[in-house]
Amino acid sequence: MLRLEKLVKTYKTGDQALKAVEIDVPEGQVLALIGPSGAGKSTLIRCINRLVEPTSGKVYLGDTELTGLSSGALRRERRRMGMIFQEYALVERLSVMENVLSGRLGYVGFWRSFLRRYPQADVDEAFRLLDRVGLAHMADKRADELSGGQRQRVGICRALIQNPALLLVDEPTASLDPKTSRQIMRLICELCKERGLAAIINIHDVALAQMFVQRVIGLRFGAVVYDGPPDGLSPDKLTEIYGEEDWEATIEAVEDEDDAEVAAQ
Amino acid sequence: MSDIAFDISSRVGKPWKKPPFVKRAWLRWTLILGFIAYLIAAYMTIEVNWSRVYEGLERGKQFILAFTAPDFTSRSGDIYEGMVESIVMTVAASVVGIAISIPIALGAARNVAPLPVYLICRGIIAVSRALQEIIVAILLVAIFGFGPLAGFLTLSFATIGFLSKLLAEDIESMDKVQAEAIKASGARWTQWINYGVQPQVMPRLIGLSIYRIDINFRESAILGLVGAGGIGATLNTAFDRYEYDTAAAILLIIIVIVMALEYVSGIVRARVQ
Amino acid sequence: MPVQERGGQKVWQRRSGRESLWHWVMWLIGVAIFAYCWQQISEATTWFFVYDAPRIANDIWTRATPPRWEYITQLGKPIWDTLNIATLGTIIALILAVPVAFLAARNTTPSALIIRPIALLIIVSTRSINSLIWALLLIAIIGPGVFAGVIAIAIRSIGFCAKLLYEAIEEIDETQVEAITATGASRWQVMAYGIVPQILPAFAGIAVFRWDINIRESTVLGLVGAGGIGLQLSSSLNVLAWPQVSLILLVILAAVVISEWVSAKVRGAII
Repeated sequence: MLRLEKLVKTYKTGDQALKAVEIDVPEGQVLALIGPSGAGKSTLIRCINRLVEPTSGKVYLGDTELTGLSSGALRRERRRMGMIFQEYALVERLSVMENVLSGRLGYVGFWRSFLRRYPQADVDEAFRLLDRVGLAHMADKRADELSGGQRQRVGICRALIQNPALLLVDEPTASLDPKTSRQIMRLICELCKERGLAAIINIHDVALAQMFVQRVIGLRFGAVVYDGPPDGLSPDKLTEIYGEEDWEATIEAVEDEDDAEVAAQ
Repeated sequence: MSDIAFDISSRVGKPWKKPPFVKRAWLRWTLILGFIAYLIAAYMTIEVNWSRVYEGLERGKQFILAFTAPDFTSRSGDIYEGMVESIVMTVAASVVGIAISIPIALGAARNVAPLPVYLICRGIIAVSRALQEIIVAILLVAIFGFGPLAGFLTLSFATIGFLSKLLAEDIESMDKVQAEAIKASGARWTQWINYGVQPQVMPRLIGLSIYRIDINFRESAILGLVGAGGIGATLNTAFDRYEYDTAAAILLIIIVIVMALEYVSGIVRARVQ
Repeated sequence: MPVQERGGQKVWQRRSGRESLWHWVMWLIGVAIFAYCWQQISEATTWFFVYDAPRIANDIWTRATPPRWEYITQLGKPIWDTLNIATLGTIIALILAVPVAFLAARNTTPSALIIRPIALLIIVSTRSINSLIWALLLIAIIGPGVFAGVIAIAIRSIGFCAKLLYEAIEEIDETQVEAITATGASRWQVMAYGIVPQILPAFAGIAVFRWDINIRESTVLGLVGAGGIGLQLSSSLNVLAWPQVSLILLVILAAVVISEWVSAKVRGAII
């Protein structure tokens, strides 16, 4: 479904953020991208939809190669990749509904979007999505009136209304408290399952990643150093990804939390 | 996960509209219609002599062309004298204006000055700000006669209103703790101002002063129109005689000096902050 | 803080010897420049008139009071013209300033090498020249009247509004723009959804702020023949009708106070 071939990104400063990354994501797979800050997780995700231009290498979405596309064709392909951001990146002075509908911008013409005359089907879909994440009653609130968790749910709706085949998720929980973080991760994974979406989720919280995804990729200094199931992340592997640290406590703690959650439910 | 029960089936299929900025419909329409009515009325009452404007286009073209070949030489004597006079007025008025502004700013800050002093100083600021430079210049020319003295006094007076107000606001919003620490050491009022207040407002004073020098120079270019000295008189003559190339030369000099002043003020402000 | 050894004792000074010398030289140069400037002004002044000034001021004051109140009936149209010059001038300026600002802002300009310098040049040149000079120029080109005043105010305001606006555009939150781009929106849609909502409050603030300034400026445009209440002021001054002058000055003062009040109210409502 998504295939990265020898993807390289070198910034103007000379920093090599990605060193010939090769990843193959099959249809409907949710994978987590972990690694220390500065490992190139964010750059990798942005190179896929070309918010950051890769220096060399190829990105295949289905059968289409993205790095060589003209700007018009790139815009059409971007519609198939929904993106969810770390700081929500909602347009704060627009209403919740406008933020969700902005996900349809790739499909409607300029004047239609400027006058907010979206097709009825889009409006209905927007309300269904907002209802699905429990925010339909907030549709006409301004985005900056919402709490962090609510904003991220609006961000999810904006990505989903694009009707994407792939979700690019950049640190969805970095600015949220632990409980909301879990809710948001669970919501993203549920929605991916419901709609059969593939997703790449950047996340720095290893425990949270292990809890929800089928596959984990570890990135260190722009190179893939781990690719496998979440329970294959031994302390040795984590040391390879993050450097020396006492990992037993982290893994232990995660299991404890999990048990507590099971007990509570 | 739903926070509040919401009947989605009743909502689907209905059109959605962006909620309007002004919620009350009658108020919204009154504002829109009132504004349109005003625009129409304003447009109707402006008498435009279109044939005169059309004739003017040719002169406008000449003027724009004059910028490509400005004439600095044929009236270089007048331009030089006018420019020197403008700069002299700017420098002298800025020095005097800033020097007077400082005590008035202290007087106009409620946390430094007692109430009667405060009211007097605020009154001076209000009068200075309400009267525009050109009107003050007209009155001062009537009183002191033609020449740069009237322009110098005008600019000094305007500087006081501008600088004292902004500086007083800065003094009022300064850090109380620092100032109190100096007071606690048993300092006299003048020492307190020198050690507790001055260091805190100094960067702002320098920044504002340089900004005001910039404004004073721009204003000095028009004071000549009413006989208060400076380059304005030369410029006015050039326009009257349709000497666009000379006018273009003067305008270019003004623009370059203003740009240079802005550049310098940018550097100085970055330094002191 | 330099400390010197003097006669076996440490003496603290605020500045070291060289610094303090430098400091004094700077002061000396400053004083010399000021003295030169003052001498220039003094040379160009007829001091006889200045000594006579208190008497003349007193004379003008007695002539000007009380103001000729009944003259206000003739000021209706000039006040209306003044309002129109300021308002229409501001509207035209805003319409022209928006594209200039987008071309001048680093993050939205289509070409930083060619177009941005041109936009910045437009901003600097329209800003550095006072509206009275623009009026003078326009009167020479299109003839005296309200129309010249409107255009003069409009040109003078372009640079001012565009400068504040492009600074606002450069300060926007780029991630919101990124998010809209990621949906596959076109360049214009990114502008309408990602950028415009973020700068709208700044835009409204600038519009009202400039309108307030323009009311002040348009009251005096008439002095050079560009319409409005300044025209009455000029003709009253020419015939030395001081009671009329004092009334017009009172009206101008009132207009300035009212416009400042209105603009403060509106800005309070927006922000």
